[in-house]
Amino acid sequence: MAGSAGVASALAAGAVGRLGGIAPGVVAAADPHATHDATSGHGGGTVGEVDHGRNGFDPSAILEDWDLGQVSTLPGGQTLREYLIIAQDRTIEVAPGVFFEAWTYNGRVPGPTIRVREGDRVRVEFVNGGSHPHTIHFHGIHSAAMDGVPGQGAGNVAPGQSTVYEFDAFPFGCHLYHCHTSPLKRHIHKGLYGAFIIEPDPARHPDQRALAERRTLDGARAAGIRELLIVMNGFDTNVDGENEIYAANTVAFHYATHPIRIGTDDDVRLYLVNVTEFDPLNSLHLHANFFDYYDHGTTLEPTLRTIDTVAQIQAQRGILEFTYRGYEPGQYMFHAHQSEFVELGWMSFFDVVPGRTT
Amino acid sequence: MTRTWVAALVPLALLAVLAGALVALDPLAPLRAGIPPVEDLAVERAVLTSEPREIRLTVVNGGPDPVTVAQVLVDEAFWPHDIEPAGPIEPLRSAAIRIPYPWVEGEPHELVLLTSTGLTVEHTIEVAVATPQPTSDTLVRLGLLGAAVGLLPVAIGLAWLPFVRRLRSEVLDALLAFSAGVLVFLALDASAEALELAADVPTAFDGVAVFGSATIVAAAALTGIGSALRRRGRGATGAPGATGATGEPGATSVAVLIALGIGLHNLGEGLAIGSAYALGELALTALLVVGFAVHNSTEGLAIATPLSRVPVRPTLLAGLALLAGGPTIGGAWLGALAFSPTLAVAFLGLGVGAIAQVVWELARLVGRRGGAGEPGVALGFAAGVAVMYLTALLVAA
Repeated sequence: MAGSAGVASALAAGAVGRLGGIAPGVVAAADPHATHDATSGHGGGTVGEVDHGRNGFDPSAILEDWDLGQVSTLPGGQTLREYLIIAQDRTIEVAPGVFFEAWTYNGRVPGPTIRVREGDRVRVEFVNGGSHPHTIHFHGIHSAAMDGVPGQGAGNVAPGQSTVYEFDAFPFGCHLYHCHTSPLKRHIHKGLYGAFIIEPDPARHPDQRALAERRTLDGARAAGIRELLIVMNGFDTNVDGENEIYAANTVAFHYATHPIRIGTDDDVRLYLVNVTEFDPLNSLHLHANFFDYYDHGTTLEPTLRTIDTVAQIQAQRGILEFTYRGYEPGQYMFHAHQSEFVELGWMSFFDVVPGRTT
Repeated sequence: MTRTWVAALVPLALLAVLAGALVALDPLAPLRAGIPPVEDLAVERAVLTSEPREIRLTVVNGGPDPVTVAQVLVDEAFWPHDIEPAGPIEPLRSAAIRIPYPWVEGEPHELVLLTSTGLTVEHTIEVAVATPQPTSDTLVRLGLLGAAVGLLPVAIGLAWLPFVRRLRSEVLDALLAFSAGVLVFLALDASAEALELAADVPTAFDGVAVFGSATIVAAAALTGIGSALRRRGRGATGAPGATGATGEPGATSVAVLIALGIGLHNLGEGLAIGSAYALGELALTALLVVGFAVHNSTEGLAIATPLSRVPVRPTLLAGLALLAGGPTIGGAWLGALAFSPTLAVAFLGLGVGAIAQVVWELARLVGRRGGAGEPGVALGFAAGVAVMYLTALLVAA
C-alpha cells in the first residue's frame, strides 16, 4: 500500500528532521483530490458566515496585525512605544449567527497585538470605556505599581477613568496581557486579553546575534519567515461555566473555512497563546509535519525539538517554527488535539501553495 | 332579542378597545427596556431516520420573543443542519430542524441548539433507534402489543363475572370498594405521570393547566353521559333505576362509565407504551408484558363487579372490553407515530377526570346498596389500592 510507505518515509524524515529539514516527498498524498471543508460534506461544522465587517475585526487579518505603537526616542536614546487601549463592551459574532456579549480591548478579541523590542520603554494609556472596572495586567517584568491588579498602583480602573502603565520590555518572548479584575474568570473569558510580543534586541545577544536578528520583524522578513499569531480562546455563550465555542483567534472554524496560505518556500513562525478559560489545557497539533517549540519564546534555542503536538496551560504560550518546504501543495490541517475542542470550533487548515508568500 | 345581543356585545366591544389601546400605545414598553429577550424553545419531537441517517427535530417556541437557532451541536460538536422555515421562530410557532448526523444505534446522543444570543436548548436522545415509520407492519405489531397488555387482560378480567354473581351482598360491596381502590390507584398513577410529562410541555401551553382542564372536562362530560344513560334506562323499562331486576339503580351505566374511565386511562397507557417504543426506551421483556396484563386484568374485575345483580348480554361484555381495553391499541399507535407531551398530558388528564367521576358513581352505588361504613368496604378499598401497587411492581421490574 502506498499509504504505509508514505507514513514510513514521513516518520523516518521526522526522526532526523529539524526545522526546514523534513521533506516527505510525494508518496504521502494517497488521495490528491481530497479536500477538507469543515462546513460541508460528511464532516461537522457550523452553518453560515460570520460578518467580520460588523464585528470590526477579521481573524485572517489578526494573524499578522502587529501593533508597533507610536514610536519615539527618549532623551537617553531608549525607544518609547506608546499605545492607547480602550476597554469597550461589544457584541461580537463568535460563530455564524451566535452573538456574544464581549468585553474588549479596542473593540476586538483578541485585543491589539502589542509588539515591541527588548529594552524598549512601553507606555500604555488605558481608558475604561466599558461598564465594569477593568485593568491591564502584562505578563513581563515591571514594578508592583505597574502590575495592573486590584489594590496595587492604579488598581481597578473605574468606567470612564483612565491610567497609564509604563515599564521597560523584558524579557524577550511571546507574552500576553489581560484584565485582572475580579471575578477574574469572567473578565478574561469575556474577551479582555491580547498578545504581547517582545522581540529580542540582537545587540544584547552577541553570542546568538543571528538567531536574535531572525526573531525581529525586519529580520524575519529578510529571512523569508512568515510570522503568524494565534490566540487560542473559548466562549461560554450561555454562562454555565463551560465553553460552547472554541477558536483560534475568536471565530469558530475560521481558518477551516478561510485556510491560511503558506508557501512551500516559507519558513513559518507561529506565536501561540492560550487564554482559554474554564479548561485547564489547550493544545495545537500540526498534521503531516513537525515543529520546533520555544516555550514562552524566551530562549533563542528551541525548548522542544521535532514535535507535532504541544499543550499549553492557561496563559502559557510559545513559538512554533516549521516549514512545508518540499511538500506537495494542498490543505494541511492543524487543530487542538482535544477532539471536543476540534469539533467545537478549534479546527484550521494551512493552504500550502508553491513558492513564497512572504 | 336584539337588545339581548347588543347587551352581550357591549363588553366585547369595550374589551376590543382596551386590547387595541394596549397594543397601539404599548404603555408597558419602559418596563421591558433593557431586559434581555426571553428564549423558551422546546423540542417537541425527535425523529431518527436510517436512510439517510438523520436526526429530525420539531421545536416549538413557547416564549414571548422570537428565537433564532444559530447553530446545532450534537455530542459536543457543531454539525451542519437546515431549519425549515429559516430565520427566527416566532412565539407559538414551530420549526423543523434536519441534522444529517451519523447517530449510533443503541447509544445516547446529546443535542444542543445554540441560539443567536448564545443560549442553549438541550435535548437528550436516551437510546438511539430508528423511529418507527408508519408502515402496516409497525401498526400491526403495536396493535398486537396493545391487545396483549390492554384489551385481552380487560376481557379476561370480565370473565370474573360468573364468580362475582355468586358472592354474598357484603362481599360484593367489598368488591365494589376494591374496584374503587383500583381506580384511585390508576388516577394517582396517571396524575404523577402527567405532572412529570408536563415539564416537557412548551411553557406557553402550560402542561399543568392542560392536565387540570382535561381532568375537569372529562369528569363533567362523564357526569352528563351518566345522567343521560340513567334517563334512558328509566325510559326503556318505565321504572326508576330499573336497569336490573335486583333493583340496583344504574348498575349498567356505572359499568359503562367505569369502562369509559378505564379506557381513557388505557389510552394514556398506550400512548406511553407507543412513545417509549418509538424512543427506544421500552424494554419489552416478556415479564413486562405479563406484568401489564396482570395489572390490567384487575380493571376487568372492576367493570364486572357492578354487573353482578343484573342480566348481561354477551355483546355488552364485548363492548365493555373494547371500550376499556381498546384504547390501549389506539394509544400505542398514536404514541409511536405522533407523540407529543402536550397530547399525552391531555389524554392522561381525561383519564384521571373520568376515573374521579367513576369513583364517585361507585361510592353512590355502594351507598345506595347500604354498604357504606361496613368494615369490608374499607378493607376492599385498601385491598384494591394494594393489589394495584403490587402488580405495578411487576411492570417496574
